[in-house]
Amino acid sequence: MDFKLTPEQEALKKELDDFLREEMKNAPPGWEAGMEAMFSDEGWPFHRYMARRLSEKGWLVRPWPREYGGVDAPMIEQVIFSEVMGYHRAPGRDIFGIGMIGPTLLVAGNEEQKKEHLPPIARAERFWCQGWSEPNAGSDLASLTTRAVRDGDDYIINGQKTWTSGAHFADWSFILARTNPEEKRSRGISFFLVDMKSPGVTVRPLLGMNGTHLFNEVYYDDVRVPARNRVGEENEGWAITRATMNFERSSIETVGVVKRELEELAAFCKETKWNGKTLSQNPFVRHRLAQLAIEIDVGRALAYRTAWLQEKGGLLLSADAASAAKVYGTELAQRLAYTGYQIMGLYGQVKMGSKWAPLHGSYESSSQLCMGMNLAGGSSEVQRNMIAWFGLGLPRTI
Amino acid sequence: MDLGFTEEQEMLRTTARDFLEKECPKSLVKEMAEDEKGYTPELWRKMAELGWMGLAFPEEYGGMGMSFIDLAVLLEEMGRACLPGPFFSTVVLCGFTILEAGNEEQKREFLPKIANGDLILALALTEPSARYDPASIQIKAVPKGDDYLISGTKLFVENAHIADYIICVTRTKNGASPEEGITIFLVDGGSAGISTTLLKTIAGDKQCEVIFDNVRVPKKNMLGELNKGWGVVEKLLEKATAALCAQMVGGAQAALDMSIAYAKERVQFGRPIGSFQAIQHYCANMVTDVDGSKYVTYEAAWKVSNGLPATMEVSMAKAWVSEAYRRVTLLGHQIHGSIGFCMDHDMPLYFKRAKAAEPTFGDADWHREVVAKQLGL
Repeated sequence: MDFKLTPEQEALKKELDDFLREEMKNAPPGWEAGMEAMFSDEGWPFHRYMARRLSEKGWLVRPWPREYGGVDAPMIEQVIFSEVMGYHRAPGRDIFGIGMIGPTLLVAGNEEQKKEHLPPIARAERFWCQGWSEPNAGSDLASLTTRAVRDGDDYIINGQKTWTSGAHFADWSFILARTNPEEKRSRGISFFLVDMKSPGVTVRPLLGMNGTHLFNEVYYDDVRVPARNRVGEENEGWAITRATMNFERSSIETVGVVKRELEELAAFCKETKWNGKTLSQNPFVRHRLAQLAIEIDVGRALAYRTAWLQEKGGLLLSADAASAAKVYGTELAQRLAYTGYQIMGLYGQVKMGSKWAPLHGSYESSSQLCMGMNLAGGSSEVQRNMIAWFGLGLPRTI
Repeated sequence: MDLGFTEEQEMLRTTARDFLEKECPKSLVKEMAEDEKGYTPELWRKMAELGWMGLAFPEEYGGMGMSFIDLAVLLEEMGRACLPGPFFSTVVLCGFTILEAGNEEQKREFLPKIANGDLILALALTEPSARYDPASIQIKAVPKGDDYLISGTKLFVENAHIADYIICVTRTKNGASPEEGITIFLVDGGSAGISTTLLKTIAGDKQCEVIFDNVRVPKKNMLGELNKGWGVVEKLLEKATAALCAQMVGGAQAALDMSIAYAKERVQFGRPIGSFQAIQHYCANMVTDVDGSKYVTYEAAWKVSNGLPATMEVSMAKAWVSEAYRRVTLLGHQIHGSIGFCMDHDMPLYFKRAKAAEPTFGDADWHREVVAKQLGL
């Protein structure tokens, strides 16, 4: 057993850390309040700028094969990268492009699709969104009803997708649509790549409870998609989704973000005096902060374990570990948000921008956003189902 | 980075599991909880023959020269088996104290005997204040000729009633700070003036009240330097806490395994209860707690094993595992329903051990305070 990074990995971590410390000075004001700033009018250009910078440095798609812009880096390097990125709250890694569709195409795409889509992702020129959830197909994704009907060399797509993060900026979308309505549930679904500029695609904002524009509804009205944009065989799209969902699902980025937030919260507690004593002298505060540090250490261990299992055994084998890391990470972020809010007392409710908002008003926003994170990318309940089914072999009845 | 165990460690685990399943069935565990001595010489002898007592001692002292991580693997299996008896107090608490603080002569005299299974030892650290800080060490050792005379009360001393030797942490001086003036002695368990009373405790382990009434100890039985014993205790507590966490992890894993097996086999409403989401989510929470406990413990054990500073990691592990083991056993009981409430059932063995281990070497609050200090708060 060995918890050490190699000297090369330490060097990579340090180089990335130095680079991000410098680059993040260019972040637009208010960036500290949370990653959701990425999908704002001010934040999106910065996201694209950072993506280009990371691509120039050769850091964007390191685990990919060399012919598509990567260096075949081991999974552990990806985790180091994401941890440092999270710590600096750095944008630039398109989780849908680099994190999902890229690896999916590597596994399930044909040569033409790889050649068409992977290089622009690696060069940070093409950004993606994920068209899976529908109003009546959330946790029960396999019940989706968006239709794709074959018409010559094309498919005609009709339906509605929802909770589509970043659809208002994305260039392309990867979507699931039903190609065989006779088949129920996961059978009869196909996987498509859709240009968001296609006629018939309409994006409408869904504002989150904290006021941020992260999610969207996307309507497809007779959208024509060339058949060559279907990934895998017709009606066989469901199997592909597992590859999409498992790639680098260590949730290490969340751990990095939370670690930074705790550092800032602890520093705040050390320097802030209320009623004649610093907050950090208050036993309640001390123990809550210590507990969070412990929980972050456990979260980090779960994330590294996931990456280590994936490195050794392949992506599909560690679905349960990935689910555990996801549910743990998002619930940890939630506990940190509520602890921070509680420590701030009445000040916790003040929004960013006010001189009365401690720590950039972080907790007013994050204490709401965290609820969305427990649902995005598979609800905590779905993750626990995955752990029970794939990790523990409990009977699957739904 | 390599988060796996070596082939040898996996083999050690398998051997230990097979051996303990055969030689330490739950019926024996329950019998020993009621037994005055709390162990059987036959099992003790067989464990010694396997080399377990000297596993982590250097070969020059009759040990096998294996690492602390190797020992952690073994302790995990002992936790799984709910092994009763004086292994932990003899090997971890006392063996490591002698190895750390003893002079060459003491090491040569005692460690091979421990490794052979010829000695049982107990560590008399805590007193009625029931704390693990230096100020809590009040029992006096006063020099008299070539000897010291020890007087006072120690409490929660595991296996003192069967110990050939008791390692006693005493106060020899009221120094400027509580850390100063603490001295450790190796006391013959048969010395005049020692009286032990067995406490009845939740897990049926054999903790004792030990009253020292002018107990005479030769000066040469001092372990380490006069008045400088606290540094030894601190180091020992770090190791012992990591070791206890490993044992707790093994217990938590066993409670989880039992609960999963039961959830698959118990049928209600015409289907296994494990098919209900409420039960599945309990199980998912349990396995996440167990896996978190493992890796936070392994990290601490790895640091200890490699001689790296481990205060933070060990405290993180104990704070986490203390609460996680309890959560796991509580959910395990919930899954088992009323059958698990029965005294004859195996589930209560784990819950009781989780509750006993919680305050041992500091509870979660105690270790959170250590972490808070380490964070510079």
